[in-house]
Amino acid sequence: MTRGNRTLIKACICAFLALVSFLWIYPFLWMISASFKTTMELFQNGLKLVPQHVSFESYIRAWVKGNFGRYFFNSVFVTVWTIILVVVRCAMAGYVLALYDFRGKKAILAVLMATFLIPTGTTIIPTVEISQALGLLNTRIGVILALGGAGNVAALLLYKATFEGIPASLREAAEIDGAGFMTIFFRVMAPLAGPVTATTVILTFMGAWNNFMIPLVFTFGTPQFRTLPVGMMAFQGANETDWSGMAAAGTIALVPIVIVFIALQKYFINGIAGAVKE
Amino acid sequence: MACAPATIRVPENNEMRTNKRTPLGWIWLFLLPTVILYSIYTLYPIITTVRYSFMNWSGFSLSGKFVGLDNYRELFQDDLFWNAVKNTFLYLTYAVPGRFLLSFLLALILTAKFTPAKAVFRTMIFIPVVTTGAIIGTIMTMIFDPGNGPVNLILSKLHLIDDSVFFLGNGMTALATSSIIWIWKWTGTSLIYWIASLQSIPHELYEAATIDGAGVWGKFKAITVPLLVPYGIIIFVLTLSDAMKVFDLMLTLTGGGPFFKTEVIELFIYRHAFTSSVPRVGYASTAATIFGLIFVAITLVQAIWKRRKGGR
Repeated sequence: MTRGNRTLIKACICAFLALVSFLWIYPFLWMISASFKTTMELFQNGLKLVPQHVSFESYIRAWVKGNFGRYFFNSVFVTVWTIILVVVRCAMAGYVLALYDFRGKKAILAVLMATFLIPTGTTIIPTVEISQALGLLNTRIGVILALGGAGNVAALLLYKATFEGIPASLREAAEIDGAGFMTIFFRVMAPLAGPVTATTVILTFMGAWNNFMIPLVFTFGTPQFRTLPVGMMAFQGANETDWSGMAAAGTIALVPIVIVFIALQKYFINGIAGAVKE
Repeated sequence: MACAPATIRVPENNEMRTNKRTPLGWIWLFLLPTVILYSIYTLYPIITTVRYSFMNWSGFSLSGKFVGLDNYRELFQDDLFWNAVKNTFLYLTYAVPGRFLLSFLLALILTAKFTPAKAVFRTMIFIPVVTTGAIIGTIMTMIFDPGNGPVNLILSKLHLIDDSVFFLGNGMTALATSSIIWIWKWTGTSLIYWIASLQSIPHELYEAATIDGAGVWGKFKAITVPLLVPYGIIIFVLTLSDAMKVFDLMLTLTGGGPFFKTEVIELFIYRHAFTSSVPRVGYASTAATIFGLIFVAITLVQAIWKRRKGGR
């Protein structure tokens, strides 16, 4: 192969990569551009990505009339508490499962592994029913408990693996110094699991912020507790032709998670890559 | 551990035994939140779904009555259930190989020495992964709209189509279009898997092969492919189980339409349990049980494969 041929092939490959990457972000560019256009301009000039006149009206429409201010708050509320719940319960359970031998441990691990992949579609009906019995249906706390209480086996096993990897000498030294169980966990061990906590926080953030089925069926009776994706579906149902309003609503919902991703990319990538490395 | 005096018996590789007394109280206190919540929100629902699948229950009356295998019999004769199964598998055959191969190709490009700005391209391809499926579904109904959607506008400008195509509203194209949108959304995840796998291959192997005079294609065939097979199987299984869970995207893209042409199993369950004027919780649970069994099968295959690999 001649040198020139090789350069040509490389150029083609790079062009292909550039084209794919552009297609991958185009829908977001279109959405953001549509959100700043008036509906009139959007329908007359759908392809131009730079709007003629930048208009914020659609954002006001979505935020106030479309209730996206409230939905945004609900999403933040549900996501933050789900993250706290998942981190606390998975770190605690992962810790004792990593370091102690006790009756029932094997059974717990077997159950966790067996139910690892069970989809929400299979568990949703009884989840709704038991939440109703407990008075948790149509509440945000119910959504948080259903999101953080079910599954999350991956986070738990991640904590378990991390605590297993911390040298026993550290814990033994603390024990000799007279530190109790809680002191060792909170002062010695939990801080050492910092990277796993970062990964868990980010993956849980993604899971809770983007979750649809749970908040959807939990808020049929209480529209004021809808999260952003559920609100989006309602907004589309009521304003099917308000494209710039929908684009603004979509931008409101997606910008936070995209910003978090770009800022903390390393942890996202490591968290995802971990699934294969194991 | 390593520097412990020889006179003290140190059990090897088993830190648990070094604990003379096991603080059982603390242990169960730490397990309590997980045991309680997991029981309520995962274990109880799994068991109860199976139990409901043998019951005739609308969800309104206080409790249903057991009808044995009636629901299963009805389900297996329900054309719309088989339609949902068919749609799910058709969807898998479009979406899984598409995402699997495209992400592999992109990973090869993004690990090649000559590719510029790798991090930027990787970030761009990964962005859809972190976004909300239900929001994406709504936005895509506009992007693929037959009237003013940019896809139709661009295709007609390029003279690739004469009349606008209702991609998501036409029975012929709706499922394929949804698969393409799903591939677009999730390729970034598999891309990261593949990049991690490719980076696990030691450089020395390639260097040695280069010295032996192997070309690019020769190295790919003799080193890259064989070493990637085990990773490839895991990536395939993960992609497969992802592709079964498309509820949010499908409900917002098509709602299962037109005329049930895109109704996958999850939407079938949802329709019978939550949106019918007369809900049929028992019947929906039967479909949910079958749906769960598919995942049990995937889990088993994966476990058996892992064990075989471990035994070698």
